[in-house]
Amino acid sequence: MTALTTRLPARFLPVLATVVLFVITFGAGSLRYDGFASGQVIANLFIDNAFLIVLAAGMTFVILSGGIDLSVGSVVALSTMVTAAGLRAGWPVPLVIIAVLLIGSTLGLLMGVVIHKFDIQPFIVTLAGMFLARGLCFLISVESVSIKDATFREVATAVIELPGGVTITYNVVIALLVVLAALYVLHRTRFGRTVYAVGGNEQSALLMGLPTARTKVGVYVISGFCSALAGLLFSLYMLSGYGLHAVGMELDAIAAVVIGGTLLAGGLGYVLGSLAGVLVLGTIQTLISFQGTLSSWWTKIVIGALLLVFIAVQRGMIRGRRRQAAVAS
Amino acid sequence: MTESPPPVVEMRGISLAFPGVKALQDVDFRLFPGEVHALMGENGAGKSTLIKTLTGVHTPDSGSVLLAGESVAFSSPGQAQQAGISTVYQEVNLCANLTVAENILLGREPRRFGGIDFPAMRKRAAEVLARIGVHIDPASVLETHPIAVQQLVAIARAIAVDCRVLVLDEPTSSLDAGEVAELFRIMRVLRDEGVAILFVSHFLDQVYEISDRMTVLRNGTLVGEHLTSELDRRDLISKMIGRELGALEAIEDASERHSVSGPVLVRAEGLGRRGAIAPFDLDIRAGEVVGLAGLLGSGRTELARLLFGADRADSGRLIVDGTPLHLRGPRSAIAAGIAFCSEDRKGEGLVADLSIRDNLVLAMQAARGWSRPVSRKVKDSLVEKYLTALDIRPANPDALVRTLSGGNQQKVLLARWLVTEPRLLILDEPTRGIDIGAKAQIQQLVTTLAAEGTAVLFISAELEEVVRIADRIVVLRDRHKIAELDGGSTIDEVVELIAGDPVPEEVAS
Repeated sequence: MTALTTRLPARFLPVLATVVLFVITFGAGSLRYDGFASGQVIANLFIDNAFLIVLAAGMTFVILSGGIDLSVGSVVALSTMVTAAGLRAGWPVPLVIIAVLLIGSTLGLLMGVVIHKFDIQPFIVTLAGMFLARGLCFLISVESVSIKDATFREVATAVIELPGGVTITYNVVIALLVVLAALYVLHRTRFGRTVYAVGGNEQSALLMGLPTARTKVGVYVISGFCSALAGLLFSLYMLSGYGLHAVGMELDAIAAVVIGGTLLAGGLGYVLGSLAGVLVLGTIQTLISFQGTLSSWWTKIVIGALLLVFIAVQRGMIRGRRRQAAVAS
Repeated sequence: MTESPPPVVEMRGISLAFPGVKALQDVDFRLFPGEVHALMGENGAGKSTLIKTLTGVHTPDSGSVLLAGESVAFSSPGQAQQAGISTVYQEVNLCANLTVAENILLGREPRRFGGIDFPAMRKRAAEVLARIGVHIDPASVLETHPIAVQQLVAIARAIAVDCRVLVLDEPTSSLDAGEVAELFRIMRVLRDEGVAILFVSHFLDQVYEISDRMTVLRNGTLVGEHLTSELDRRDLISKMIGRELGALEAIEDASERHSVSGPVLVRAEGLGRRGAIAPFDLDIRAGEVVGLAGLLGSGRTELARLLFGADRADSGRLIVDGTPLHLRGPRSAIAAGIAFCSEDRKGEGLVADLSIRDNLVLAMQAARGWSRPVSRKVKDSLVEKYLTALDIRPANPDALVRTLSGGNQQKVLLARWLVTEPRLLILDEPTRGIDIGAKAQIQQLVTTLAAEGTAVLFISAELEEVVRIADRIVVLRDRHKIAELDGGSTIDEVVELIAGDPVPEEVAS
């Protein structure tokens, strides 16, 4: 009766694999190119991908619960549009921020409620959400709207000096705060643990008396909020709002989460893995830009190959688990 | 029957209907504190439905539920748990990806500064586990433990709250004798603490050993409530199946053992697969029932999967009708007339969201190919034939398989293969978890099929059953075929051959 076989390391294996992958790609770049292994290159990884880190954190919640959210890229675009249009109309910056975050969270809430109440696949519902948000952008303006607000531009260009002459933007601070918050919520709160429970076995979670309905809707609210926040960061990064911003970014976010070791079936994964996943994607991009002659589409090709490998590995893990379960029974 | 303490649970006039099925009709049920109450009945009698009505999974169409004298209406299992009704289901309904401590306490976890207090949670979980005498690391992940331990963790979860009523829905079906004894010890401890325990099991020995009182259901209606000491087995069984015990005895006669000397239909020569089953030889003749006996994990299912091509053999060959057959997969096995009724009827056998009719037709349509549709008339006559032949209840071809009880699902699965008219039918645990009546019917069917010339490979953990219906018994041990006995053998002979301690241990603690 005392089977004391703690196999915690096995659960961390996918995340470790991603971290190792990051170290290898970064190490390869450092050996190949002068100036690659500098603090600023690392800082730039965070600066250029702050919005993706926030998106991936939200997406981690959704995928852990066994769902998927395809709307995040469009919500980012809508957020940039609302930000730019709001500022152009002379709204104060805090009002713009509140409006954007509210819109994103509400869209998430709506999708979550539809998914839960009508028991429709998240894929379809969030696909509808994706078209809706993208369409709303063009309702505001079909043109790109640049942001000229002084306060906003000041925040966008402000840098924080770190020791060693490395600079980062406020975007990075916000992104890292989001990751910390996600870590806390996922691992220290009942809501977070219920997300894992629902992803592991929804029926069991329900029979255990856990609030599965609230949790399932909640993850989409979180993802919507994160998308809106990422949209704000993207506005700071691009200083414009445009309906064709962030096309396909939902796929980058999903790729980062999966490469970060989160099981697409739900129930297993870590938000730090998603962070590592974003960094791997960023490093590949940096590598290709350092190389200079390769087209940037090579980034997509490498990401595609990586995704395939990671999903194959996950598949193997699930099979292994099933076999284990079969032997145990 | 006058009782001194008032019942903790009283259900009055409960009725509930699902599409096409009247699951419960005007059922009364009482549960007293400090007693173990067994809920008895065949599959489909409404036991699970009654339990789910009590625990808030289903809402009754009519009738009332009283908890400690007050009328309650739970709309979710969570509410029932808060009111002190905890349930442990047949399949372990926990989250295997979480830790043991989380599985026990999630939803009522100790908190500190708004977050979960993990050290306190592990400590509390260890206390609860200690109360039922289980010593495992609360921080370990649940899926690293065997099913039996997971079952005990489920019980730990159930009693971690102030639990007045503990519902155990077939908790013993995946446990071995020692584990059952452990469970019973825990049940007695809880009963003596005043917990009312509702217990469901198909094993009559267990019911008679542990229960104080029993309620018998049949076809969704109440047959009666009795003290266990006042109802003997024979009466109980006839109340449950509502017909004389003759059915079981009839099979004995029907399966007059005959040595079959027909042509060899399927012959395995040195067939084996590393890690699954050592190379074995086996002949199966047309019209013969070959029983496969062995302990869990002795390679029974693995052997069957090789014959069916579900797994690829890495040695030996399979000869069907004298010509070697290269099994590339189940499709070529089906084409050769081999059918495999899986033990995992939920996972591998049936499409739960389709009707009985559609499930039956699936296999036949697959065999005919998409270009030759089966006409409605042929479908109807086939469905009609098997519904009556196998006594599938409800006899409504449009009922969804999901809504059927375990025994009836098993019959649908069987019928699905019979529709394709196989020459070799492999049955893997066809009677597990189903009641005596359905068991008898399935055994009867196997005998009839063999008489009609079908070869049957019958796998069962219940030796009694294997010995009763097999013409020849193949004994497996540790993934090796160790012997072949003819039909006249006794259980003792088989037991002798199976290593370890195969005699069912005394369940008494």
